[in-house]
Amino acid sequence: MKPADPILDARLVAERGDFRLDLPLRVDAGETVALLGPNGAGKTTALRSLAGLHGLSEGHATLAGRDLDRPAERRERVWVAPERRGIGVVFQDYLLFPHLTALDNVAFGPRRRGVGRARARQVAADWLARVGLADFAFRKPRELSGGQAQRVALARALAVEPTLLLLDEPLAALDARTRLDTRAELHRHLERHDGAAVLVTHDPVDALVLADRLIVVEDGAVVQEGDAETVTARPRTDYVARLVGLNLYRGRAEGHSVRLDDGTVLTADDAIDGDAFAAFAPSAVALHADRPEGSPRNVWEATVAGVHRHGDNLRVQLDGPLRAAADVTPGAAAQLGLVSGMRVWAAVKAAEIRAYPA
Amino acid sequence: MVLLVPALLGLAFLTLPLAGLVIRAPWGTMPQRLAEPEVLDALRLSVVTATAATGLCLLLGIPLAWLLARVDFRGKGLVRALVTVPLVLPPVVGGVALLLVFGRNGLVGAPLHEAFGVSLPFTTAGVVAAMAFVAMPFLVVSVEGALRGADVRYEEAAATLGAGRWSVFIHVTIPLVAPGIAAGAVLCWARALGEFGATITFAGNFPGRTQTMPLAVYLALETDLEAAIVLSLILLAVSVTVLACLRDRWTATP
Repeated sequence: MKPADPILDARLVAERGDFRLDLPLRVDAGETVALLGPNGAGKTTALRSLAGLHGLSEGHATLAGRDLDRPAERRERVWVAPERRGIGVVFQDYLLFPHLTALDNVAFGPRRRGVGRARARQVAADWLARVGLADFAFRKPRELSGGQAQRVALARALAVEPTLLLLDEPLAALDARTRLDTRAELHRHLERHDGAAVLVTHDPVDALVLADRLIVVEDGAVVQEGDAETVTARPRTDYVARLVGLNLYRGRAEGHSVRLDDGTVLTADDAIDGDAFAAFAPSAVALHADRPEGSPRNVWEATVAGVHRHGDNLRVQLDGPLRAAADVTPGAAAQLGLVSGMRVWAAVKAAEIRAYPA
Repeated sequence: MVLLVPALLGLAFLTLPLAGLVIRAPWGTMPQRLAEPEVLDALRLSVVTATAATGLCLLLGIPLAWLLARVDFRGKGLVRALVTVPLVLPPVVGGVALLLVFGRNGLVGAPLHEAFGVSLPFTTAGVVAAMAFVAMPFLVVSVEGALRGADVRYEEAAATLGAGRWSVFIHVTIPLVAPGIAAGAVLCWARALGEFGATITFAGNFPGRTQTMPLAVYLALETDLEAAIVLSLILLAVSVTVLACLRDRWTATP
């Protein structure tokens, strides 16, 4: 069986001053892709260009075989206005129309697409029921909580039965508690959505929970792409490593050894050759007052640069030949008498270090 | 203390004439006075023409405000200046200008008269035109401000939901700036109601046809002082009501 073509096929190129976004993006039907990246990476620009709120300067955007935007290469430019794209958008601060009730907000899309008033309201009521807000149909947006407004915004975007659903930081405006519930709820709706979905977020948890595939964007370009497991286990930039909480180094591998740019050599179980990344978790680092004897293959002397709480443990920032983060239990920290500026020995077993090609 | 005396003098200067109007009013004969046909005629004509002028201003002024707020074009600063000229122009000059353009021999008036036999000067329609001319800037300025303050992202959201330009304007933009439109319309109506100079110049002073309240007040001042006071009181009451309607926007201290 031949694999189906992706329903969204795009290369999004947009320029704004010195900033240039160049993002290839292919999404299958039923798939949710997260664009993950720091602020200013170009994620929102990508979303706006898909929605037709911002024209591409190069590249193309093709949805379900129809060109939405294709700047002129040879002949005329192809351009489909946002209202004719069949794309639903959940905006970061929802943008529910303040003068309309929740019901009329959701009915807005169907109405503009020519559905009669009664029928549109019926459709809207069904969607509100699906997001669990049947009792809030006649509330105005200002009378809804953040989580409720988010669900109305989702219902409004889905009510037009979009081929592509775009979500811009859908959970960023919510407090921690609401965020947890809403994330689970949003996940349920994304699973059920037949079309493609593209989610923009700077929160790795949102991306990992909600998306089938992650695309990490930095400075307008893709730096890493893959499923949650690959991205979290094998980060390729400092940004991703920080997001997933790993120590990451770049160097040259020869067999089990990875020689880092500063000359330090790390020993890993994986054997590869050539340019490589080496990564290990802070929890894999053991700290000792004296040079440890025996099995660990990677041992170095370091200076404690800082100590702060991290969940139930303490996270220790180490300076020295190798800058690294180490997690120790409060008990171990007390025993070592950890304070900033003291010298310690750090050890990591070879089995805890992952080496992979750069 | 040095400032308190002129401040109180200033306050007295602004309020005493109004107090005088209220004190001198023939309260005993007020009901009969209000029922006089001349008073009722002037009142009816004023309300009808000011309302029609406001309608005309809404019809033309909202798109004009939209143009100034949302469309970038060369010479926009000049256009905005031109729109606000009637705010500072002496109304009599406005009346003369209208007469020159819409008069029988005017630039627009002559072809209009030849083609349709329509002539604006010295008609009720002329009153509406004179009022709209002086009052429209109030509406345009108010609505333009509201449009600039409105978040265009709501319009983008509407577009992604399938609304075309016109649909977005009607279903999203207008409701979002409705308070600004309402405030502008009230100001516009009040200005139209009080219009004197342009009206008497362009439309004349024919009872029942072009004689609005301010014109009737002026005329009554020479023949029947009490009638003038009664008419003035009505205009004063309207002004106070307008101020009350706009209290949140205009008299609130920041």
